Amino acid sequence: MASASRPAAADNASTVPAIAVDGLHKRYGAIEVLKGIDFRAHEGEVISILGASGSGKSTFLRCLNLLELPSAGRLQIFGEQVDLRQSGDALHIGNRRQVDRLRTQVAMVFQNFCLWSHMTVLENLMEAPIHVQRRGRGEVREEAEAMLRRVGLIDRAKAYPAQLSGGQQQRAAIARALVMKPRGLLFDEPTSALDPELVGEVLKVMRDLAAEGRTMLIVTHEMAFARDVSSRIVFLEQGRIKAEGLPLDLFRGGVNERFDQFISRFNQA
Amino acid sequence: MTSGMFELLGFGPQGWGLPLLKAAGVTIAAALCGFLLGSIFGIGGATLKLARPRALRLIGQAYTTVFRGVPEILVVYLFYFGGSVILTTLMNTGGFPGFYSLPSFVIGVLAIGIVSGAYQTEAYRSAYLRLDRGQIEAGTACGMSKLLLLRRIVAPQTLRFALPALGNIWQSALKETSLLSVIGLTELLRQAGTAAGSTRQPLLFYAIAAAVFLVIGRATGAGLNRMESHLAKPWRR
Repeated sequence: MASASRPAAADNASTVPAIAVDGLHKRYGAIEVLKGIDFRAHEGEVISILGASGSGKSTFLRCLNLLELPSAGRLQIFGEQVDLRQSGDALHIGNRRQVDRLRTQVAMVFQNFCLWSHMTVLENLMEAPIHVQRRGRGEVREEAEAMLRRVGLIDRAKAYPAQLSGGQQQRAAIARALVMKPRGLLFDEPTSALDPELVGEVLKVMRDLAAEGRTMLIVTHEMAFARDVSSRIVFLEQGRIKAEGLPLDLFRGGVNERFDQFISRFNQA
Repeated sequence: MTSGMFELLGFGPQGWGLPLLKAAGVTIAAALCGFLLGSIFGIGGATLKLARPRALRLIGQAYTTVFRGVPEILVVYLFYFGGSVILTTLMNTGGFPGFYSLPSFVIGVLAIGIVSGAYQTEAYRSAYLRLDRGQIEAGTACGMSKLLLLRRIVAPQTLRFALPALGNIWQSALKETSLLSVIGLTELLRQAGTAAGSTRQPLLFYAIAAAVFLVIGRATGAGLNRMESHLAKPWRR
């Protein structure tokens, strides 16, 4: 239902992709985790990245903001070629400033929330906009409070992360990402560390973001969420994209045997 | 006896009050300077021990092994005699004959700083290892440079985790200043000794020195505890 209201990928096919990846490889010593990934994400797409654990989906997501350095390949963010230089068997960041700037445009939400524990919730939200983006304190404060209102945490603005539930921490972490006014959002298993009863509140916030037409890449194990909210599914297996398409097509079954097996294992569990 | 005691401890021409107060000031100054110098050595030492190149780690390891393993009074003597031998040799070869030595306060601060630094190295190192890597990664993912990360995330949290250990190290540094009496620094113990000798009231003056050490230690300790509980606030549920 939500996917029907979303712009289809084809609508944006002519424009510059938000994220473009070509021939992405990632090796840890002798182990090759990503074995050549070509991928496009267009502005406004909500893409769920699915796969068994060890399929490389988190590594793939982390390569997109260079928390992991790819071993080979090319990466373009909003039309800008990321300066990666080959040295020996690995790639290195060519231009730190460029990477730091791009990271504020592609914000990340982590599995373990990773709020800074010595700062209040409000301070967490204001940190990067003030110190990285160098925006004015007054404007940032207003924006941060608006975001906290949005995720339902304005009454916890002065609390420290340790005083919040997991669901509240993750909502605060999403708000922290949003205050940077990013053009894209990366979610790395955002509900995997939550108690089951807290998953819903986080998914609801993400659903609202998706409905706004934000560009989102989500590594998740929430199959129902992926099916209902994504505009596209990317299925990874053993470091390769094995299937890709509209959620309704893929989840109906019969399109890709490996994906069907993956889903049936999930349904049994 | 009582009236004589007041006179002995008073601030009059016969009294030891002023010299003792001055000596307490020297003790505090030596402890504070030594401890602060030690925090520079400590942060440096921890950086070495946490560095990737093996050679750097070995240097850091050697530093903490030597200065935590050698008796402090020996370090004081080594710095005192070693320092003047080196300085004299340097000056003599530079064409300035005679005997040279550094002021005993400087030697004392150096000795306390380097020993305290060896202990502080461990305090900072283990505090750094307790940091949540995810929070550092979150900073990186927000576009923070290494320096900004250090200033805004790593340093405040490391200090918070190191503070309980640093409090103990401060207390040791304070007590170690008494060793500097052996190189002629007129700190609390030496001044008390002088007073004890000339008045033949050793029990009185050493007891006073002990009391002053206790007061300084407790007062600064209370301050540190306050700071510790203030910095610990975010971690309380």
